[in-house]
Amino acid sequence: MSNQSALDRLLSTINMHSHSFGPDVAHVEIHGNKVLNTTLVDGLDVESTETSRGVDVNITVEKGTVIEAPVYFCFGMLENGLQHIRMKVHFKEGARAHFISHCTFSAAAEVEHLMDADIRLDPGSEYTYFERHIHSESRGIKVVPKAKIELGENSRFSTEFELIKGRVGLIDIDYEATCGDNSVLELLSRISGRADDMIKIREAGWLKGRNSRGLLTSNIAVRNQAVAEIFNELTATAPGAKGHVDCNEIVQDQARAKAIPIVDCRHPKAHITHEAAIGSVDSKQLQTLMSRGLDEEEAVEMIIQGLLRK
Amino acid sequence: MGIIELEDVSLSFGEHHILHRLSIDFWEAHIHAVVGPNGAGKSTLAHTIMGLPEYRGHSGDIRFNGKSIKDLSINERAKLGITLAWQEPARFHGIPVGEFIQRAAGKKVTEDVARESLNLVGLDPDRYLERDVDATLSGGERKRIELASIVAMKPKVVLMDEPDSGVDIDAINSIFEVLATLREQGTTVIMITHSGEVLKHADHAFLLCNGALVDKGTVEKLSSYFERKCVPCTHKNVPDKEVLV
Repeated sequence: MSNQSALDRLLSTINMHSHSFGPDVAHVEIHGNKVLNTTLVDGLDVESTETSRGVDVNITVEKGTVIEAPVYFCFGMLENGLQHIRMKVHFKEGARAHFISHCTFSAAAEVEHLMDADIRLDPGSEYTYFERHIHSESRGIKVVPKAKIELGENSRFSTEFELIKGRVGLIDIDYEATCGDNSVLELLSRISGRADDMIKIREAGWLKGRNSRGLLTSNIAVRNQAVAEIFNELTATAPGAKGHVDCNEIVQDQARAKAIPIVDCRHPKAHITHEAAIGSVDSKQLQTLMSRGLDEEEAVEMIIQGLLRK
Repeated sequence: MGIIELEDVSLSFGEHHILHRLSIDFWEAHIHAVVGPNGAGKSTLAHTIMGLPEYRGHSGDIRFNGKSIKDLSINERAKLGITLAWQEPARFHGIPVGEFIQRAAGKKVTEDVARESLNLVGLDPDRYLERDVDATLSGGERKRIELASIVAMKPKVVLMDEPDSGVDIDAINSIFEVLATLREQGTTVIMITHSGEVLKHADHAFLLCNGALVDKGTVEKLSSYFERKCVPCTHKNVPDKEVLV
């Protein structure tokens, strides 16, 4: 398969094509261990090295660079196999960009997608990252994203992980972030599991900087025999640090969900809260919709889609 | 014959008798008020008419337009045109107001209908259609949005549980204007309330005490309850058998 052919097929799985991107839009597409395309804009450097197991990618957004249009990444596998992405991301002082990443495994049945990311945000930088997964209906997808994030003074890191199309298979997220003075960390996961899908999330935020902020949110729906285990942890050690852990899980059928929020406050002027709602669909929501004429299945679906919506 | 008829309806939870042999007719195209002290069974009455699962184990019968609805589920009753507005409306994470109104009308209605409904309850559609029906809205806003979803449904019977709960004076006036409009369109409104101000907006009223109907009649007649002249009930929530209507 030629690179162009693979690129066309990969983009078609996310309903896009090469012409979807304007001339000022950066985009990078990686299939397996092949870098199919790298289109960059001023101030954005992407160096990639193909390895036997995947691709090593170094991303730098130069000092003071503000990239107005989203930067698109597409990672995918068109056939069964392993894709191991090792990524280093460095936002230099004052840099600002929004990345949209599609991870598409809708055309494969047995895929292992490993992601090891080191993310460094220099003072005053802002990095927002949206990651959408599109999976096949196979149970054989295994996704293991790990990230270590370091937020400098006055920086902001916001990430959103979405997996609501196709089977989860196994997902095992492990993010750990350290927050400097006045920095802001936001991690949001929205995942829908069914059949014997397994969802594991571990997110840890260290609010070490004065007035740093952290918000960890997990919105999960599981049905059939799917299992979700959420470990969210915020530790505050500095004055003025504030954080919140929020976990919402809707459980249906024989599915199981577990949430273990850990809030660890080690400074008298820090404040962390947590909230968890786990169980069946809220009866008042359900009865409200049914009292408007929706049948139970329609009402449940509407509530779940709302929970999983951005 | 009322559009909603209760015949000898009783409901108990274990040893607690919540509704006691209620026989009530709610006339079509009227605004009815059901008044009474806390714990009298007013909200239970509304939930029983709506058919919420916990309230389905009652004796007696409930009829809609002469036909028993006792065995119908909530959504089956809703499809007949019966609906309920809660004292504290539910929050819906991730569901925008527009979609809530459109979908909550049973079958999907157009955005124009959602806009008209919001206008009717005094909310600017341009400001509200895209907002989620969640905790970012005040209780009063959610109350009006819930009413907008009911307006869009074009119901035959609306059960309003404490319509003034958690809303400011402007919002409550707006709510009463909508209820009057619904009545003009032929809708029957059953308000659950312990407010004398709310009672004034009704055409007819029923007084419940300890789950039993102890009085009924005009608003003027029942307003004595709020003036602490409640005869025959002594308001100890234990009516004597001889005062039962």
